[in-house]
Amino acid sequence: MSILHNYVEIAAMILFGVGFTTLLLHRNMIKKIIGFSIMDCAIFLFLAAKGYIEGRRAPIVENGIQEMEAYINPIPAGLVLTGIVVSVSVTAVMLSLTVRLYRRYHTLDIDEIARQCRMEDEPDIISVGTVSAPADENGKGAN
Amino acid sequence: MHMQLWQSIPFACIILPLGSAAVTSIMKPRLARIWATSIISIVTVLSAVVTVLYMNGAEPYTYMMGHYPAPWGNEIRVGMLETVTALVFSLTMLLSLLGGMKKLDEHLPRQNQSLYCVVLLLMTAALMAQVYTNDIFTGYVFLEIMTLAACALIAVRKRGRTLVAAAKYMIMNLIGSGLFLLGIIFLYDISGHLLMENIGDAVAHIAATGEYRQPLIVVVALITIGLSIKSALFPFHTWVPDAYGYSTPTSQAVLSSLVSKGYIFLLIKIMYRVIGLNVIVKTGITDVLFAFALVGMVMGSLSAIRQNDIRRMVAFSSVAQIGYIYMGIGLGTDAGMMAAMFHLFSHTLCKSMLFLAAGGLADASGNSKHFRDLRGAGYRSPIAGVAFTIGALSMVGFPFLGGFVAKFNFALAAMDAGSIRALLVLIVLAVSTALNTVYFLRTVITLYRKPLETAHYPAEKGQRGLLFNVSLVCFSAANVLLGVFSQIIVNAIVKGLSTFG
Repeated sequence: MSILHNYVEIAAMILFGVGFTTLLLHRNMIKKIIGFSIMDCAIFLFLAAKGYIEGRRAPIVENGIQEMEAYINPIPAGLVLTGIVVSVSVTAVMLSLTVRLYRRYHTLDIDEIARQCRMEDEPDIISVGTVSAPADENGKGAN
Repeated sequence: MHMQLWQSIPFACIILPLGSAAVTSIMKPRLARIWATSIISIVTVLSAVVTVLYMNGAEPYTYMMGHYPAPWGNEIRVGMLETVTALVFSLTMLLSLLGGMKKLDEHLPRQNQSLYCVVLLLMTAALMAQVYTNDIFTGYVFLEIMTLAACALIAVRKRGRTLVAAAKYMIMNLIGSGLFLLGIIFLYDISGHLLMENIGDAVAHIAATGEYRQPLIVVVALITIGLSIKSALFPFHTWVPDAYGYSTPTSQAVLSSLVSKGYIFLLIKIMYRVIGLNVIVKTGITDVLFAFALVGMVMGSLSAIRQNDIRRMVAFSSVAQIGYIYMGIGLGTDAGMMAAMFHLFSHTLCKSMLFLAAGGLADASGNSKHFRDLRGAGYRSPIAGVAFTIGALSMVGFPFLGGFVAKFNFALAAMDAGSIRALLVLIVLAVSTALNTVYFLRTVITLYRKPLETAHYPAEKGQRGLLFNVSLVCFSAANVLLGVFSQIIVNAIVKGLSTFG
């Protein structure tokens, strides 16, 4: 149980920390998404490292070898695949949200976006009698 | 063991909305709505059938998905607690959709309406899967589906506030998911299993031998903190008011009452079936939850008092109510868990009704949510007024309503949990109830006050149509029934929890 023995796991945890802090603390939306990707990839790296058994091969039956001892654990690979699918779809949704925010506020800084958003007119708060238009404004500002 | 036909029903409750969601995207808006309503109705009826079977003494069972048996394959698990929860969730989903149906036209562009139905069906499928799954990784996948669906529910109304709220929601939730995923991966590494029962056995063994003590603490912390971030426990609630406050009424109702509850149910399930309540309590994480919950109960209510906007007030009240549920969990006893489950049900049924009713009252007041303009709204929109009053009384803890029974159970559970905790719970419960009373009764009184002289309201806006009224009447009935026949639900929860482990 030396550090050298577990270097992949250690690298994965460092990467997780890097991704996590970027996602949490960075103000730029794109960098937040990059942080999220690093965080998820770190988990997948950790999982793949845990599923690997020294000296064995990928769990695909070749040359008719059926013995369990010839192959590594296939379940982490399956989990990583599922996880990648989830991660990709989340990234896509986050990026599309970022596109919408950028078109509306012309910045990627989430604090600045939140500040501008608070400054915007909020038609709902204005009292009865002074406003009659419905509160929604599809597409206004966007596109 | 030979499977009977009814035992496939829970599986149908997951696969039916999931499959029909894919078809819905190509439908015309009108058809899509009818389709989504029928599918969710079918899920509700099916859940009711299974619940009745369990009320009559059916045994819990696991249902094999695919051809691989227990330690390898994927499973769903059906028992008393799952079926009751599935019934409450699907009923709330159905009534929320009906209640907000008319507003969809106004809030969404036409081409997005079918997609909105897709999202609702996906949400239903994800909730059902969360409730029934016996595989922890499947739990994670559907948890992410729920997160994405919830993001779509927030952002579907294209306004600045909702977009920013959706972004904040996603950031907080991705942090939560990341921690949760890391937690279950660690758990897989030390136990070697993915099915909840098998992990449960392995963890019991590990805990008994004292091996892997620190990794186990890390796992418990990661999973619990991840899920509590996702369900908006107090310090992680910053996205709540905007996300709940500014989306379309159906979204508000679904987000506030169902999404966070799905995560909490998964947490309770993991506490009982995967890690075991004893092990969880020994790690001390329940004390952390307990502390945050108590602070949240007070802070959520204090923030609610400061609001001028009825929707933001109801949203902040959710923060306090989530605190109540986590307080029950944080007691770390079966009684506390039972009280938490009961409050989960009562809050689910109540908060969705409050949001729908608040929307109706605002409509009757020239689309203004400001308290000043809501004076007399209870007369202009009578059914919404009555529904809001019932909901408010339930939240405050008026006898014969769900909220009262929940608070009573919390107090009872606290009595058994040791003197310091009992004292803390009773004090905070009293303070929080007083604060609840301040803002909810203030609102109810406003609703039945004489309107301002200067205000003039458009006459035709007050009516939201038949579906809205039907939905609110059903919600009110459900809330009253939950209070009056609470003993049945309490017994069901107790039985469900006892067969859970």
